[in-house]
Amino acid sequence: MTLLTKEHKAWIGTTEEPVTIEVSRRDIQKYAAATEQVQSKYINGDEAPPMFIFNLFSAIPTLKNLRPDGLARGGGSGPKLPLKRIMAGGTKLRLHRSIRPGDVLVGTRKIVNVYEKQGSTGPLIFTVRELTITTADSEPVMEEIQTSIAR
Amino acid sequence: MLNIQDLEVGSQLPQREYTASNVSLFLYNAAVWNPHRIHYDERYTTEIEAHPGIVIDGPLQGDWLCQVALNWLGDDGILSTFNYTNRRAAYLGETLISGGRIVAINENTQEVDLELFIKNEAGNVITPGSACVTIASSNLRGAG
Repeated sequence: MTLLTKEHKAWIGTTEEPVTIEVSRRDIQKYAAATEQVQSKYINGDEAPPMFIFNLFSAIPTLKNLRPDGLARGGGSGPKLPLKRIMAGGTKLRLHRSIRPGDVLVGTRKIVNVYEKQGSTGPLIFTVRELTITTADSEPVMEEIQTSIAR
Repeated sequence: MLNIQDLEVGSQLPQREYTASNVSLFLYNAAVWNPHRIHYDERYTTEIEAHPGIVIDGPLQGDWLCQVALNWLGDDGILSTFNYTNRRAAYLGETLISGGRIVAINENTQEVDLELFIKNEAGNVITPGSACVTIASSNLRGAG
C-alpha cells in the first residue's frame, strides 16, 4: 500500500521564498552554551558552530498556528503527510565560509524528494529538503541536505 | 598543532561523553526554536507518541558529532563537509559517547577524511557520520 499520492509527489522540486535572517552574537552564545561547545570562538559568539543553521530559516509560527505536538500547522514548508509523528533523519553539510555575528544570510529551501519505506514498526515517509545559504551579496556560505522522517 | 605528515589512518579522535538533562534539552530547543513536545513533555511523548522517554534531538547529536571533528581540528584547518544519519533514537537519561577516527589522508590536497560516531551505553552506533577537513597549508613542516 502506498501512502503518498500524486499531490504529495508534486511537492518535489518546489522552492520556498528565500528567507533573510541576521545572525546575532547572543544567539550564537545561547546555541554554544546549549550544545556544550568548548572552543572560545563559539562560546564568545565570534563564530557560529556549523549546526547553528538547524531551523535557522524556518518560519516562526504564532502559537495558534502550532499543532498539538508543537510543530507548525499546515503545509507551508512541505506536503501535508498522512503520517504525523516527525523525527529528524540526518543532515549533509557543505561549508564554504564560517558564519559570524552581524552576517545577513539568505536561505532558500527546496524539497528535493518525498518517498516512503517500510520500517520495522510500520511505514515511514522521508522528506528531503535542500537549503542553500548565501550572504546578501550571493556569496556561498553553506548547503544543507536535511531529511525528516514521518512515522 | 596538527601536521598532516604526523597523522595516520586509523588514529582515533578524542572521545567525549554527553548526558543530556531536562535543562540542557530545554535550552537547546529554545536556542533553535523547536517547540516539538517530544523534547520536553514526558507524558505526551510516552502516551501519545509512544516513545520510552523524552527524545534527545537528532540535530543536537549531529552537533556533538560535528564537535568531534571541530575540536580535534581547532584552528589548524577548516571543515569542508559534514554528514550524519540519525539511525536510532536516544532518550533522556542515556549517556552518549562521541568519537571518530581518521579514514583517509591526502597529503597533496591536505584533506583528511574522518569517520564519526555517537554510541549509546550499550556500544551501539546510533548516529554515524563523516567529515572532510582541510589542514591549513601553513601547518606543513617547513612551510613559511
